[in-house]
Amino acid sequence: MNPVLFAVLNTELEKPRIDWPIIAPVVALFVTALVIVLLRAILRTQPKLVYQLSIAAAFVGLVTSGAFVGNEWRIIHRSGIFQTFSGAIAVDGMTVFVQAIVLIATALGVLLALGYLRREGLETPEYLVLLLLSATGMLVMAHANDLVLVFVALEVFSIALYILAAFDRRRAESQEAGLKYFVLGAFSSAIFLYGIALTYGATGSTSLTEIATQLGVVDPKAHTGLLVAGFALLIVGLGFKVSAAPFHMWTPDVYEGSPTPVTAFMASATKVAAFAAFLRIFAGAFAQASDDWRPAIYVLAVLSLLVGTIAAAIQSDVKRMLAYSSIAHAGYILIGLQVANAGSKRNELPGTAASLFYLLVYALMALGAFGVVQSINHRGETNHAITDYKQLSKRQPLLAALLTLFLLAQAGVPFTGGFIAKLSIFRSAVDAGQYQLAIAGMLAAVIGAFVYLRLVVTMYATGQDDDPDAANEPRIKLDVGSRIALTITASAIIVLGVLPNWFLDIAHQATQLLTR
Amino acid sequence: MQRFLDLVWVIPALPALGAVIVLLFGKRIGEPKAGYIATATIGTSFVWSVFTFFALQSQHGEGRHHVYNLWKWFAGTGDFHVNFGFLVDPLSVTMILFVTGIGTLIHLYSVGYMHGDPRYSRFFAYLNLFAASMLVLVLGSSFLMTFMGWEGVGLCSYLLISFWFEKNSAAVAGKKAFVTNRVGDFGFMLGMFLIFSKFGTLDYVRFGSHEALTGVSHTTVTAMALLLFVGAMGKSAQVPLHIWLPDAMEGPTPVSALIHAATMVTAGVFLVSRAHAFFDFSAIGNGIHAGTVVAWVGAITALGAATVAIRQNDIKRVLAYSTLSQLGYMFLACGVGAYTAGLFHMVTHAFFKALLFLGSGSVIHGMHHEQDMRKMGGLRKFMPITGATFIIGWLAIAGVPPFAGFWSKDEILAKAFFSGGAQGKALWAVGMLAALLTAFYMTRQVWMVFFGNERFRDSLADDHGHDGHDDANAQGDPHESPITMTLPLLVLGALSIVGGFLSLPFTKPNLEFLARWLEPSLEGAKDIHPGAFTSGFLLSVGAVVVGIIGIAIGFTVYKRGLPDDGVDPVETKLGPLANVLENAYFFDIGLAKFVSGPATKFATFLAEGIDRKTIDGAVNGVGRTVKEAGDGLRRMQTGLVRNYALGIVAGVAMLIAYMWTRAI
Repeated sequence: MNPVLFAVLNTELEKPRIDWPIIAPVVALFVTALVIVLLRAILRTQPKLVYQLSIAAAFVGLVTSGAFVGNEWRIIHRSGIFQTFSGAIAVDGMTVFVQAIVLIATALGVLLALGYLRREGLETPEYLVLLLLSATGMLVMAHANDLVLVFVALEVFSIALYILAAFDRRRAESQEAGLKYFVLGAFSSAIFLYGIALTYGATGSTSLTEIATQLGVVDPKAHTGLLVAGFALLIVGLGFKVSAAPFHMWTPDVYEGSPTPVTAFMASATKVAAFAAFLRIFAGAFAQASDDWRPAIYVLAVLSLLVGTIAAAIQSDVKRMLAYSSIAHAGYILIGLQVANAGSKRNELPGTAASLFYLLVYALMALGAFGVVQSINHRGETNHAITDYKQLSKRQPLLAALLTLFLLAQAGVPFTGGFIAKLSIFRSAVDAGQYQLAIAGMLAAVIGAFVYLRLVVTMYATGQDDDPDAANEPRIKLDVGSRIALTITASAIIVLGVLPNWFLDIAHQATQLLTR
Repeated sequence: MQRFLDLVWVIPALPALGAVIVLLFGKRIGEPKAGYIATATIGTSFVWSVFTFFALQSQHGEGRHHVYNLWKWFAGTGDFHVNFGFLVDPLSVTMILFVTGIGTLIHLYSVGYMHGDPRYSRFFAYLNLFAASMLVLVLGSSFLMTFMGWEGVGLCSYLLISFWFEKNSAAVAGKKAFVTNRVGDFGFMLGMFLIFSKFGTLDYVRFGSHEALTGVSHTTVTAMALLLFVGAMGKSAQVPLHIWLPDAMEGPTPVSALIHAATMVTAGVFLVSRAHAFFDFSAIGNGIHAGTVVAWVGAITALGAATVAIRQNDIKRVLAYSTLSQLGYMFLACGVGAYTAGLFHMVTHAFFKALLFLGSGSVIHGMHHEQDMRKMGGLRKFMPITGATFIIGWLAIAGVPPFAGFWSKDEILAKAFFSGGAQGKALWAVGMLAALLTAFYMTRQVWMVFFGNERFRDSLADDHGHDGHDDANAQGDPHESPITMTLPLLVLGALSIVGGFLSLPFTKPNLEFLARWLEPSLEGAKDIHPGAFTSGFLLSVGAVVVGIIGIAIGFTVYKRGLPDDGVDPVETKLGPLANVLENAYFFDIGLAKFVSGPATKFATFLAEGIDRKTIDGAVNGVGRTVKEAGDGLRRMQTGLVRNYALGIVAGVAMLIAYMWTRAI
């Protein structure tokens, strides 16, 4: 036998202790996905039954996973934040907060999808499997405390999303979206991986905790080119996933082409998971090197705000408009990231907390807005030009009112969660002394208001060439799933706008990062 | 009992809930029920307000400023917190009592008045929403809470003025009200910004009395006071921001009664009283202060509007100008520091003006939507209850003792007279003149509508049959209104008789109930010493005499109604002045002419000469840049994966290039 191999085999390998309660949420979702696949294999002759069983299983899985997340919260409260699995997994407030948002977004994503899949003739259990697997990756992402694990999580949820984007095989746009997302996603993953390699080269570790320790020791002025190049490439990889300008170009095409419930899920959950990694890596592990990366994030934030709002203003397609507005929202969250580590005594609301709160609100707004758009679409993803929304208030008063709420929330109107979210971001920027960023954000919000109000006016304005029979068009009968999902999102947005403090406190508690 | 002080939030919450229910399910609930639900919510609020009043009355000293924070809405930077807080003190309790009380009556009245309207339930939803906003306005514990209610009532006012938006004039009037109010709102906002920048808070408790303001210069405080007053002028329609109120009569009559006479338009008076510390502390020099401006704006409005009212022929427009004039009295009182007198008049005015408006609504209803007084006359025979109550309202506003209006107007005039110096006497003289005119134009209205010759036959005959009214009395004669409409008239009539007893000008025994009650809210306001009893008595007698002269002139001119040729005698007697008054001093027309004439010319000059090249160029440049940037982005968005990948690579290159500059 090869002597080297012999030596390896004879060494007592230190096996990591399996901390089941911590990975239980991940396992629950993963097992559910596997169960659905098995059901499909076993009950081959009864596809209808399988589909119904898998819907039930998906909800059971999501609820179970949610319960385990709650348990994790309890554990943190009892024993504080810690790491496990040899430091690869972090258990802190953000882990729980991000998992909660991802699970809510997934559950709402499933609810929204049911009616859509029926309408488009896509009722297969695979959709649920992919959605659950993607969510699994995101939950891992929330835990990941090691760059390698971050990468694995990123790939797990991305690969499932590539397929979901192309899920409507008969529609060329959907195929195109999937392919584009895949090619560019692979490209950015490669860059991200290279960034990991460079960072490893510079610090000698992929563990975020150890990198943080390393950076604490090194004089910040003596950072090597290797390290800063690593930062740059990691920013690119994550910037792609959160669709920050200038790495945003895939977003409108993919959001437009994908089936709308997939877009809703992509816009909400994906962004949350990717920002979780962004925050944990940069605001957490690279906190000591913040002088290096903060200017880059500054530029990314301003560019995203600029590109997102200006391009949204000239769109003629509602899905594309919302895609650009999601780029602008990424800009606001990046402001929070930019000021995450600004040390200041007045800093009552850290940028991290503001970002997390914004993510929560944004996920709900995006799900709600895309949910309404999906209900207004006709079979085969037509009817989402802005001109198709003319007089919507007469034809579909309820949907028009809901969309108005979600758009006003995105514009940041008081008494919606969007207002408090924007206010928190600006407040953290002002507290950190970043007045220019705060002003840039406010200006973008003004242009953004035009973007959203334009659609609202289109829905409500009456003009000369109005169709007099508009009011008699049959009302769209919402399916139960969409009805539940839209009720939840709409009421949550109002609750977050009127009684935000409890949630802000939780977001605040969630910012005690392990790596800090 | 004391629990009611903490449960004060229920008062605005009830009508808000009603608004939501009626808005969502109104169509399903159906016609009369939606109205009754709305009435029930505001009625319950009234009962709740009464309990709150007793709860507050059982408190003493500091307990009479009860702040209850429902929750902290959000925190700003620094120490700035925005609380959903309510301030229960004598002032706010007085306000909620009359807002909910009169609100209930007018809701009930609307059940009958809006009968058969296609948007019946929508109307009640707006009305309830208005009540909720108005209650937030008066109960707010900070300027910001008040401002929220302020914007809410503004929105409801807009929605309700243009409620019959199919009529172009109504839609235009709604817009006019909204835009004019915006001007005032800017003043209010700037005032708040200034207050916040100097004091770091907007909570009313911080500004209890003028001693609290020491440390900030008198000039700054004057600026704060005047900015707030600009807000008050917008909402309370004082010259020159009065132009929206007469047009607001395009709204349904209950709206005119509730919003544009009794409650919303008095928000400005409330704001000035709430912020009295700023007015007390302000000083411009030579004894002139912010209050002087308030008093004179009020006096000019009182007199100007009263002169215009004598030449109006629309039954509601007379009352609209009368409302302007009476609001002017209230500001006159606040300006000389007699806040209690102003608030007293606000309450009594709410009683009799709501009565008059509802009475006019009853007339309009009975006359099948005729509003021209020249086509009325002798209506008391057909509408006995409306006629009798309208006459009570007329006696109240004309200042005949012992009706409500006499006591409050008399107090304002007396306080103005004794407020000192020649200025006080001048304000008193203006007030007296306005009182004379008030008595005259109201007498004119009463005789043109309820007495004299019957002039409605022709018009009703043509008009009837296509106004959608299918009542039993189809002869074309006017008819009395249903019980839901007459009951509020009776209640308000009773209140207009006894309302004055809230505060009687006697100190032994002390019968100034309202003044004593409001004292904790108006702490530090200057005391105006009344003169000797005899001089006060003489002033009162003078006021009564003036009122009676006005009535006598009106009676002699109009005792037979209009002459057969239908020409108003006033028109011939006043000569060229008549036209000026009929057109309200050409203020509106002048404004429109100015805006479309010289102002446009000046603007064109600016535009051609200066703007075109520099500013316009810059603005166009920005616009062009945005568009070009957009087009550029569009061009970049080719849809080709290779180009997108290239974009990412470019981003990578830039980031790396930047990062390398940071590395050693």
